[in-house]
Amino acid sequence: MSTQTLKATNKELYAKLMQPDVITGSEILLRSLLLEGVDCVFGYPGGAVLYIYDAIHGNPDFNHLLTRHEQGAIHAADGYARSTGKVGVCIATSGPGATNLVTGIATAYMDSVPLVIITGNVMSTAIGTDAFQEADITGITMPITKHSYLVRDVKDLSKIVHEAFHIASTGRKGPVLIDIPKDVSALKTKFTYDSKISIRGYNPTVLPNKLQIERLLKAIDEAKKPVILAGGGVVYAGAQNELLKFVTKTNIPTITTLLGIGGFPSSNDLWLGMPGMHGTYTANKAIQNCDLLIGIGARFDDRVTMKVEGFAPNAKIAHIDVDPAEVGKVVETAIPCVGDVKKVLELANKKAKPAQSEAWIEELQKMKKEFPLKYEDGDNHLKPQYVIEMIHETTKGEAIVTTDVGQHQMWAAQYYRFNHSRSWITSGGLGTMGFGFPAAIGAQLGNQDRLVVSINGDGGMQMCAQELAICAINNIPVKIVVINNQVLGMVRQWQEIIYDNRYSHIDLSGSPDFVKLAEAYGVKGLRATNKEEAQKAWQEAMDTPGPVLIDFIVEKHENVYPMVKQGSTIDEMLMGDS
Amino acid sequence: MNTTKHTISILVNNQPGVLQRVASLFGRRGYNIESITVGKSEEEGLSRMIIVTNGDHHKLEQISKQLYKLIDVIKVIDISANPMVERELALIKVNAEPSIRPEIIGVVETFRATIVDISPKSIMVQVVGDSEKVKAMVELLKPYGVIQITRTGVAAMIRGV
Repeated sequence: MSTQTLKATNKELYAKLMQPDVITGSEILLRSLLLEGVDCVFGYPGGAVLYIYDAIHGNPDFNHLLTRHEQGAIHAADGYARSTGKVGVCIATSGPGATNLVTGIATAYMDSVPLVIITGNVMSTAIGTDAFQEADITGITMPITKHSYLVRDVKDLSKIVHEAFHIASTGRKGPVLIDIPKDVSALKTKFTYDSKISIRGYNPTVLPNKLQIERLLKAIDEAKKPVILAGGGVVYAGAQNELLKFVTKTNIPTITTLLGIGGFPSSNDLWLGMPGMHGTYTANKAIQNCDLLIGIGARFDDRVTMKVEGFAPNAKIAHIDVDPAEVGKVVETAIPCVGDVKKVLELANKKAKPAQSEAWIEELQKMKKEFPLKYEDGDNHLKPQYVIEMIHETTKGEAIVTTDVGQHQMWAAQYYRFNHSRSWITSGGLGTMGFGFPAAIGAQLGNQDRLVVSINGDGGMQMCAQELAICAINNIPVKIVVINNQVLGMVRQWQEIIYDNRYSHIDLSGSPDFVKLAEAYGVKGLRATNKEEAQKAWQEAMDTPGPVLIDFIVEKHENVYPMVKQGSTIDEMLMGDS
Repeated sequence: MNTTKHTISILVNNQPGVLQRVASLFGRRGYNIESITVGKSEEEGLSRMIIVTNGDHHKLEQISKQLYKLIDVIKVIDISANPMVERELALIKVNAEPSIRPEIIGVVETFRATIVDISPKSIMVQVVGDSEKVKAMVELLKPYGVIQITRTGVAAMIRGV
């Protein structure tokens, strides 16, 4: 597909790349990546990828960004992929270079993000000898990749790259790793590129069983209290318009999971918010009281279902998903509907009719008014929720927002209201601290004309802070927000509520001065300790063309509410004092 | 639901690492492997694995679906859901002073097993059959002092077409 795009958009480059020259494995790799339409690669060189970096040197068509840590490279590739829908690519050397990617690969795998990861390895002849910087990266990453290749023959390389892109970007998307021994990257062969794909063991289901769609529509017709639970699969399938049409036609209240945020406009009256541990009151109550729950591209994660035995006790469950293994994995599913979410909804939309849901909607709308998300604001303290709301209002909900993991992530999910898909980028499944900031760099490179805001805690900000360097050097204009409460807030919240205020190793006071840290890297740093300063600093950040870090010193003891404790059902919510 | 024994046949690409992929999947998701055999299949480039596992209907469905997600897996069949033939081979080395040998040979012959090696103090018995038969043979030889057992694991096939 992308090869066809390149063929159509840049005939000259396409013709140049397709020349049957005798070239090295490294040159084959670069040509293959360019033929896949790759316009940006994140990476870090080292001994085993020297031939590859030698080929990159002086290749005017190949755009490579040097990060300061391999973890930064893979999270950036992830942010690029999530925000653009294209395959993210990163390169690292053997051994420690490759193992530094592991967290990022697991992050992408859990959230179904299409990545192609290139690692170098030691010479083929040295594999298995415990050679310098040798690690069995295909073995290490087997449970966290969709597929992986160890290239044994340079003649296979272009085919492998093409297959890797196909596997990463079709069906349930995911990361694919290609491990290239150093000698393979140096050996020469004639370049050939076959755009046809034939993988016998890989045929993802695209078109659903029509009978199941009929059953779904019948169930909607019979339901009095239907609810849609839309997940990341809606965003990844590019099905946001189809979902909106489906909801409009069927009149079914809709919940978006953490990864589904943006897959359905929050401005729509039928939107109930996020479900689960820190979900909205109405979303959780709707799930518990509904008689039909339609999961669409959502995998009933434990942070959504909480205590599975008491989840949606009165509901018949329908599940639309591209991955058959997700259907029936967690909850018993009456109507399984395996296929591409967009295709399923397109077909369903042809015959979809309004559900008899007026009374149910009225009940939920009343609940939304009665139990909105809320926090106690004041003039003495800067509340983290206030900062998020301010960012939302000033950016009119149009920014790409990436987050790290913890309280700030939940507040951002609750208080920033999205109306577009691929604008909300967060590590949902793996919950990877250190993800948010490098992901924002990738998102910015993939969306050069959009405002990218990276919201972090003061803990996670220190897990990939080194990438401030590449923002400064390359003038990548990410607005880096630190919600700074001088504590590991989410852990503190659990220790307060569940461990009787026994605060164990959560104090982050004595962390570096983030303003000075930013400035040390050449990034503008600003600080705000109250509302007035916050507004002023944020405005200044928005008015500054390049990257800016804003350190918001917020109230330390603020908790995320609602909260459902582990072991409880989702309607057993702690609502907080406010 | 009831946990029962299942024999699964998995057709895979004969690629380096494919055994690791399958075994790692079972390990990671907490599925049990009671026995595993791998060998070339009737088709060039493809191998067939026979895995004996246990679980209820839900678990078996998950095993099958998760296996299908591996790119190198081509076909998964729960052959124990059909009439099937199941065979395993075991070699059993037993203490056997000359005086006791006739008694042991009597046991072995009753089982249609064979003696494949004799040394001054031991004999080696080869038994072929389903797992129950192998188990029974081992039990009968135990009183004589079993020195070593090696088993191939189960090979199995659906009966008929």
